Amino acid sequence: MNKDLKASAPTDSEIVLGILNNSEIVLKRLYTTYFPMILQLIINNNGDEDDAKDIYQEAIIVLYNKIKAGDFELNSKLKTYIYSVCRRLWLKRLSQMNRYGGDIRDFEEHLPVEEEIDNHNDRDVQFDKMESALQLLGEPCKTIMEDFYIKNRSMQEICERFGYTNADNAKTQKYKCLQRLKKLFFQQK
Amino acid sequence: MSDNQLTEFIERYLDGSMTAEERVQFELLRKNDAAVESKVTEHIKFIGLLKQYGERLELENRLNAIHNEIDVHALKEEVMIHPVWIVRMWRNHHSKISVAASIAIFGVLTILILTGKLNNDKSKYQQLSEKINNMEKTVAQIGHGRTPVKPKITRTPANFRGTGFALTSNGYLATDYHVIKNADSVYVQNAAGESFHAKVIYTEPQYDLAILQINDPSFKNLGPIPYNLKRAEGDLGESVYTLGYPADNMVYGGGYLASAANYSGDTTEYVISVPVNPGNSGGPLLDEKGNVIGVITARQTQVAGAYFAKKSTYLLKAIQNIPTDSLSKTLNLNTKNKLAGLSRTQQSSKLKNYVFMVKVYNQ
Repeated sequence: MNKDLKASAPTDSEIVLGILNNSEIVLKRLYTTYFPMILQLIINNNGDEDDAKDIYQEAIIVLYNKIKAGDFELNSKLKTYIYSVCRRLWLKRLSQMNRYGGDIRDFEEHLPVEEEIDNHNDRDVQFDKMESALQLLGEPCKTIMEDFYIKNRSMQEICERFGYTNADNAKTQKYKCLQRLKKLFFQQK
Repeated sequence: MSDNQLTEFIERYLDGSMTAEERVQFELLRKNDAAVESKVTEHIKFIGLLKQYGERLELENRLNAIHNEIDVHALKEEVMIHPVWIVRMWRNHHSKISVAASIAIFGVLTILILTGKLNNDKSKYQQLSEKINNMEKTVAQIGHGRTPVKPKITRTPANFRGTGFALTSNGYLATDYHVIKNADSVYVQNAAGESFHAKVIYTEPQYDLAILQINDPSFKNLGPIPYNLKRAEGDLGESVYTLGYPADNMVYGGGYLASAANYSGDTTEYVISVPVNPGNSGGPLLDEKGNVIGVITARQTQVAGAYFAKKSTYLLKAIQNIPTDSLSKTLNLNTKNKLAGLSRTQQSSKLKNYVFMVKVYNQ
């Protein structure tokens, strides 16, 4: 399987275009092409396959967001970029777990990517806060929020799902939920 | 206006469902009321974050779905670098190994200290038999125009050299065990340069003593031995001297008796302050009256001027221990000292006929 994937490794510009066009196939090819490289990096540096998955997905998300935001410039190879991000993320993880011996076994060349990872981490902190705020919100508010704001469902659909007889009632409920969600979100440190 | 109403306005404003009139009104409100304005920005940001959060969750789900199609286990085997077993062992057990090693080192040191093996004196103890080959090299380097060795003896040069001295007039000699150890053949050479074949008839390695017998047909009786072996122990500070062959010619060395036990606490040896060199091993140590009180054995390399001599009582014991069937001739020790009244120079000139160079040959 691996060999076939290597043979069909997509070019960097193919990937950038594919992600901009939301191509599922390109995302899949991107993912499968570089995963072995990161698996190798992690498991030969005190990690296991689950760590590799976490780190790799985080790096793909960083890359994905960067491409989506339109500020990914192809002045380095995608491979090097992904490797560098993973390497940085893994070093950080290792030192958090106190498993970092001050030495990492490298398999590829790498670039400094600290800034991007800091931006990414800031966003992750916000997402974590959002996640826990949604958890604290409880049902049915959580689903209403997700349906309306994330899945872009109409108020009509939501009314039917939750059995609200009156669209106004549903609307009032939604605003109350949003108030609470904001309150929960901003209360967190 | 309640919060809910305001939120509704903001949402309607943002999704463009306001009428043109409402829109103008709302924009006016935004401009005039800072509280409303900040509510609007906050709302835009917050909903944006909520949407991004949703997108992130969706992307993660997509990636997980892709990930599940990969055979991670097979891939892992492929990219894993298997370290050699010793590295793996070290990684897994390095703390245990370290502890074990420390204990082992500690144990060895303890044993060495307890058994006195770490005693500095002993480790610097150097026996005085000499490697002639080395000596000859040195001589060749520093010798000024010396003629090459005379071809009078066709035999290869001796490998080791030491000193020995006569016990009886019929050819029994005493020397150090380490001088004749591993010898294939032993020759002794007198002050006149005549060589005689000798054989080792008895050794006492624990006291580093050996008894030789000259069994060469050309050997003639030495005449009465002028000294005797002293049975009592020598006195500290007593003036002593030795004769020996550290070089090709007999060398005299004089000094005093420094201690009745060597630095390792070995009471079978005297510490003497007599300059001796490799080649002096096996030579007699004499007191002022010309009694043999010891046999030169070794020198202390760290303490300048400290050398060792085996006490004569041990030589006497060794002689008594010789099995009678090893003796082809009688071994009657001289008991009369004929040197007592003589000056040191007179003693030396009488002695020199009884002190031999012991030349040892081995393969």
